[in-house]
Amino acid sequence: MSLIDTLAGLPLISPFVEFGFMRRALAGCLALSLGATPIGVFLMLRRMSLAGDAISHAILPGAAVGYLIAGLSLSAMTLGGLVAGIAVAVLAGGVARNSVIKEDTSLATFYLISLSAGVLIISMRGSNVDLLHVLFGSVLALDDAALFLLASFASMSIVAIAVGLRLIVLECSDPEHLARISRLSPLAHYGFMVLVVLNLIGGFHALGTLMAVGIMILPSAAARFWVCNIVPLLLTAVVIAFGGALIGLLLSYYVNLPAGPAIVLTLGGLYVLSMALGPLGPLVNRLRPRWHFER
Amino acid sequence: MNSACGPILRFDNLTLGYNRHPAVHHLRGEVIAGSLLAVVGPNGAGKSTLLKGIVGELRPMQGRVELIGLQRENIAYLTQQSTLDVSFPIVIYDFVAMGLWAQFGAFRGFNRAAKQRIEEAIGAVGLSGLENRPIGQLSGGQLQRARFARLTLQDSPLVLLDEPYGAIDVNTVRDLAALVRGWNNEGRTVISVLHDFEHVRQEYPETLLLAREEVARGATTQVLSDDNLHRARHLAEAQGEASGAAICNAETHDTAEHQHG
Repeated sequence: MSLIDTLAGLPLISPFVEFGFMRRALAGCLALSLGATPIGVFLMLRRMSLAGDAISHAILPGAAVGYLIAGLSLSAMTLGGLVAGIAVAVLAGGVARNSVIKEDTSLATFYLISLSAGVLIISMRGSNVDLLHVLFGSVLALDDAALFLLASFASMSIVAIAVGLRLIVLECSDPEHLARISRLSPLAHYGFMVLVVLNLIGGFHALGTLMAVGIMILPSAAARFWVCNIVPLLLTAVVIAFGGALIGLLLSYYVNLPAGPAIVLTLGGLYVLSMALGPLGPLVNRLRPRWHFER
Repeated sequence: MNSACGPILRFDNLTLGYNRHPAVHHLRGEVIAGSLLAVVGPNGAGKSTLLKGIVGELRPMQGRVELIGLQRENIAYLTQQSTLDVSFPIVIYDFVAMGLWAQFGAFRGFNRAAKQRIEEAIGAVGLSGLENRPIGQLSGGQLQRARFARLTLQDSPLVLLDEPYGAIDVNTVRDLAALVRGWNNEGRTVISVLHDFEHVRQEYPETLLLAREEVARGATTQVLSDDNLHRARHLAEAQGEASGAAICNAETHDTAEHQHG
């Protein structure tokens, strides 16, 4: 019996050995875990989790305009989403800084306008299937071009984080200090926002506009209950993201669930589990005896 | 590092303020490199505003601040309230290491000598052994020590401290004051905004007394006289009552230029 035959007999592996669409889905999730999740960690640490959610919705009208022009074309929807996502990220921050409207309200207004405009535009031309595709993604239908796109975004994010880790850490932990000591502060701010939008677009293709931010924020928040230093935090979040995606895909295969929600819900489960068991979670923190006489 | 012979800072009719309301009026004069200068005055006297003007966070409404022999990015500046997000998952070692930014920038890795300097800076503020502790688990005094360690590594010829000893205990003040003396002995210029006159008398040979304008400047013992302090209080109260006034007229409000002591 060959190794492939042996692996094909294991229930945890056999779906990926037998079916190409499962392998593609797994590869897409791996790319998202490596690229989008570390960006999600910084998004969470900058207290911008909800901002990420709002920007992910802002991608929709741009992708919808791309859809209106070229149908379900990867490049047209990506380009439209990129323009709309960056525009809303800049506009929402600008309105909050220059008016009486606070940032949460500003993001909420753009989120509502974007989501309704996107749904309206797609409904004007497409079918309900197309609408479901953009709202909930199609992780089981990733083609070569989509996989290449996800892998490209992941590679860009990994390189950017590896090269600019010190810059991103200071931008997220003490942006005012960074602005005082370096002229790279605007690069850090806007470069980070571009990475956020790119990864949200990657997540949009796989998980749809409503759940793209799930693979960014849920593993990050779960990892926060386990570690308290930035590099281990990034690595833990990546492991949780990929583990959750793997379990979610298997659940979707064996229990016949929609794949996107199964992945995000599994990540949600891992978050709850981490909250209950993680050494920095509220439960363990409360039950652990207090340390005395420690410097 | 600047040699202690010429000015490092020059104020040229400097007026700073917010929303067209001046907080510091028509400041003139120089700070000699290697000075240890305290800036004192009542609340609202413009002390923190002056430091913001020096680092360029506040653009002058009139006049200018001239930095001699250094760039604004290279000034080591301890703000009154830390802008650091203490919930960020970063340990003391990495936080202090950010002080080497001027030498290593955003992208270069730290060599062995740099790592040794980081450890020495942590040791100098009494935090040895706590290198791997997250900053979120530090007490107020420990965090202030870590901020001082980061300042040490910045290795700047000009150090600005805005109320560095607020809400920290006597031992921490004593240790950090010794560190400040050490910086000054190395030839660095230190300008500190302070409220504790006794501390200023003990540690700072020169003082600038502000009350939205320069009340007195020179040797600390002479500047902190009862007359000067009374005049500063009076000026601050009078100007506080008139704070709704528009920007003052430079020609009619001309402070005397004080000889730097």
